[in-house]
Amino acid sequence: MKTEDLIHALAADGAVRPVSLARAFAIAGAVAVAYAGLVFAIGYGPRPDVAAAIETVRFPLKVLTVLLFALGMARVAGRLAQPGASLPVGLAAGAVGLLAASVALELFLLPREAWMPALVGTNSLLCLMSIPLLGAGALAASLLALRQGAPTRPALAGAAVGLLSGAVGAVFYAVHCPDDSPLFVVTWYSLALALMTGVGALAGRLALRW
Amino acid sequence: MAFTGEEETRLAGLMRAALAGDEAAYAEFLKRAAVFVRIVVRRKVGSSSDGEDVVQEALLAIHLKRHTWRTDEPITPWLAAITRYKVIDAFRRRGRRGEVDIEDFEENLEAPSADTGHERDIGRALDSLAPGQRRVVAALTVEGRSVRETAAALGLTENAVRVALHRGLAAIAARFGRT
Repeated sequence: MKTEDLIHALAADGAVRPVSLARAFAIAGAVAVAYAGLVFAIGYGPRPDVAAAIETVRFPLKVLTVLLFALGMARVAGRLAQPGASLPVGLAAGAVGLLAASVALELFLLPREAWMPALVGTNSLLCLMSIPLLGAGALAASLLALRQGAPTRPALAGAAVGLLSGAVGAVFYAVHCPDDSPLFVVTWYSLALALMTGVGALAGRLALRW
Repeated sequence: MAFTGEEETRLAGLMRAALAGDEAAYAEFLKRAAVFVRIVVRRKVGSSSDGEDVVQEALLAIHLKRHTWRTDEPITPWLAAITRYKVIDAFRRRGRRGEVDIEDFEENLEAPSADTGHERDIGRALDSLAPGQRRVVAALTVEGRSVRETAAALGLTENAVRVALHRGLAAIAARFGRT
């Protein structure tokens, strides 16, 4: 086929309204939050002492950090669907910086012998399992949204939405989890998010070709 | 990139008009985009008929993914990114790693020929379409007919022709994405 012939046909198809990427991601976001909210309501719920916890420093700081990170990754993930677009990593990097600062402060405030108990926490295994469970809907929904786009780096795009989905799960889990020490968050939340990132990268490689 | 300033502005303007429904602007955009895409492809694979296959795949992708261009950003980086992706994809499908220079495997490339009849050619991909779609896509490509002429010739409504064309093009693109 000659290229001019193809162009002739493409031009004739130009009137078809393309799908809206913003709409695809808005739907994915709604599905992600609805799924996590449902799983949270059925299997988790806020921790019993949530009213008292809000008065502390560590609990609101923990929730704020993961929330900022989730929002930051959402911005990055959307751009990965657009070829050649720059990646706005500022907000996500800011959240990581906030966590790093909290860790440093925690190490300064706690006596050395309290470090390990704070890091180990009360139930790290539940954390590792719950974050992927709460974020699974976000991963499926955001992979579908990415397929509406044109990710030129499929594994990277998959990894980014895996990280995003882990962060969505983490926001909900943070409200349930009684461990507020930044030492706990930086260890177990990061591990859970790394797991989701790996799953996302693999899924991206397999499912995001176009 | 060879295209900066004036051509960037012109391409972006044409695409904005096209996305707002201006069909003539879209045809002009595609013609000019093909020139740009060809330069990017030739830089990677040299000027064989092989290269023109990739140009066509990239144009098809640009068409089907035109909603992924952010209208407030330059368009040539977007065009270049899609084209590079399709070049690498073409190498991958042939069992080679992308981003390689032509010199590295020049001897292994098929000799350029007038006939572009191997499995990657869009003309070949036509044959894999359902008969109804194939007739419509063939009429609008190799026969060079308009939507109206195709509708009259095949006894279809113009809308049915448009639907078959769009699905046919998407099916061809999906075939390249999978194989």
